[in-house]
Amino acid sequence: MKAASRRSGASWLSPARVKSFALVTPLALVLLMFVVAPLAVVMAVSVFRYDNFEVIPAFTFENYASVLSSHLTLSLYLTMLKLAAMTWVCTLLIGYSVAAFLVFHVRNRLVAIGLFLVCTVPFWTSNVIRMISWLPLLGKQGVINQALMAVGVIHEPLQMLLFSDFSVVISYVHLFTIFMIVPIFNAMSRIDPSLFEAAHDAGAARWQTLLWVVLPLTKSGIVLGSIFVVTLVMGDFYVVKVMSGGTDASVVSAMYDDISTLLFPHAAASAAVLMLILTIMVAAILRLVDVRQELVSSR
Amino acid sequence: MGRKRLSAMAPGPTRRGLLKSAAVLAGATAGSGAIGGFPTIWAQEIKDITLRHIGVSYSVVQAIGDQAAKDLGFKVVMQNLDTSTAITRFITQPTSVDIPDLEGWQTKVAIARGILQGIDVKKIKQFDNILPIFTKGEYDGKKVSRQGISPYEAMYIDSKDSTKIVEGVHDWMTFLPQVYNADSIGYRPDLVGEPITEWKKLLDPKFKGKSAILDVPNIGIMDAALALESRGDIVYKNKGNMTRAEIDTTINALIDAKKQGQFRATWTTFEQSVELMAAGEVTVQSMWSPAVTAVLAKGIPCTYAPVNIRPDGKEGYRGWCNGMGLMRHLSGKKLDAAYEYLNWYYGGWQGAFVARHGYYSPVPSTAKQFMSANEYDYWYAGKPATDVIKDPYGAPIAKAGSIRDGGSLIERFTNISCWNTVMDENQYMIQRWNEFKSA
Repeated sequence: MKAASRRSGASWLSPARVKSFALVTPLALVLLMFVVAPLAVVMAVSVFRYDNFEVIPAFTFENYASVLSSHLTLSLYLTMLKLAAMTWVCTLLIGYSVAAFLVFHVRNRLVAIGLFLVCTVPFWTSNVIRMISWLPLLGKQGVINQALMAVGVIHEPLQMLLFSDFSVVISYVHLFTIFMIVPIFNAMSRIDPSLFEAAHDAGAARWQTLLWVVLPLTKSGIVLGSIFVVTLVMGDFYVVKVMSGGTDASVVSAMYDDISTLLFPHAAASAAVLMLILTIMVAAILRLVDVRQELVSSR
Repeated sequence: MGRKRLSAMAPGPTRRGLLKSAAVLAGATAGSGAIGGFPTIWAQEIKDITLRHIGVSYSVVQAIGDQAAKDLGFKVVMQNLDTSTAITRFITQPTSVDIPDLEGWQTKVAIARGILQGIDVKKIKQFDNILPIFTKGEYDGKKVSRQGISPYEAMYIDSKDSTKIVEGVHDWMTFLPQVYNADSIGYRPDLVGEPITEWKKLLDPKFKGKSAILDVPNIGIMDAALALESRGDIVYKNKGNMTRAEIDTTINALIDAKKQGQFRATWTTFEQSVELMAAGEVTVQSMWSPAVTAVLAKGIPCTYAPVNIRPDGKEGYRGWCNGMGLMRHLSGKKLDAAYEYLNWYYGGWQGAFVARHGYYSPVPSTAKQFMSANEYDYWYAGKPATDVIKDPYGAPIAKAGSIRDGGSLIERFTNISCWNTVMDENQYMIQRWNEFKSA
């Protein structure tokens, strides 16, 4: 594809053109069938009318008006943004440290890759199990509360450990840190070690090297990881439901409640709004760093 | 409710039970000839028929389907979907379903869409033995509550292919009631320290941070309404179909309570409610009767609060009922088989099966034949157990001498305050309910 685009003089039906179109077609078809088509249906339904559980194909903006004018929408987004921000900070700090350790401190490359694989071990069980395993730990009669009470630090079980923002964020961090580690690990691995010598020779302290050499060179990893984490949290419904003990609603759980009584057009409009907001967020993140440039450029 | 739980427990048939089911099976086979008017080739011809029964896990149960297939001689495929996925499937792919599992509101939707055919009451052998709660909306001459969508409310159409539900008793049923119960509050007597018989306890500051409410908006709001009525905040015209003002009052009260830290959690599934209670996270919550049984089976004390309607109209249970419909595409032998299947449900085996979970059959008289006298008296008649009562896995859940909370079937069902429903102001209600959740 790259080769084709560089040969600007090539005619429309040159063999290179045909080849690149042939290469692109399968992916394009898959995207068309499994992304574009379902989205088109959602978009169409979002402007339909409905009445007493019946969806009527007649154009209306009422669903959007109802979604956008409700202060529920605002409070749901604020909740999710708050959770996303907290999760983002934690996963970034942990993910960055883990990746840095694996790349810069483990000298043996084989060991580093081995440890990297160890990071994925929790993913050999299902999301649900990893999340639910927190319940017996954090509960009123859970391990932490029992231990603290036995030691005498507290006399009443701490309620905020479970069914709170705390437990939700802990689960997110547990579930999603790997998505931060992987791209950052990848970006760090690509840094030329001679740069560190150069920085050292130029008199940079460790933290200065980190701040002025490593950080700029791992921006693409951070950005990719951030996109994963933020979109995963914003689109989540199950973790919030279980770990907040159902005391918190998310953007998607509100959609689920709509769908449970067949209010499809309203849910479709919410989905369209969520997609728009996420697209804007991702676009904003990408404006900070030209990821494509970072990934393609050779160092 | 967990499918695994239910299917694992085909109750070990006693000798007595086996003999009886053999007798009933013989009866059913003999009867089938009369119904379809088929001679002996019937058994040969139905062998290749497969009925697809689709719906929620607590109503469409594999073990029941297996037994029916064994007794009837044709195949039955059970598939579990949650309520909304199920009705969506019925509407969008009607020919992929034969027997839809329906609650009142789903029946209303399905009938209006013309995807069902009426059930001929003349072909339902036990029709006259169905409790009049369902067929006439009354018991012993006393009217049963019509708040929400009562089974009777959605029961009849006046011709086989009608798309309009009509009032009064007619020859065509929309759905055949199959399993039902009355929901109430569950509590931990060891942690609460007082008997609970009123819904307002859900909102009592004494249980601050220890109470939970059901988070299925269209029925959770009725639990909240029962609590507010109980506390004396408001009297609803129809808890099952609130006005916007009533919805606002209800949700605002819930938000106030939540801000004061009243609710430890909300729950959406059977298992969640059991875990909350068993782990001691919550001491009082809206709860389903079999969930109470499940907590008891873990050896943890749990009581299902009897909330009989008071003379001033406060309290009462929230009732629900699932039944079976006939999809419009059924015809010929397959339709005959479907009628056989429907009739089989009233044969008694299923009534005994669901009773051991704490549910009921609309035809208790046949269920009785498949239970020991002790079991029937305990589960259906509300009498003291004469021997240990066991759950379907054999775990003891009640000692000799104990009485089922809430009393007999009749006592419960003459004390229904409202029925599961979807309101006219459904979308507004769901939006406000989510405001409560995110408050």
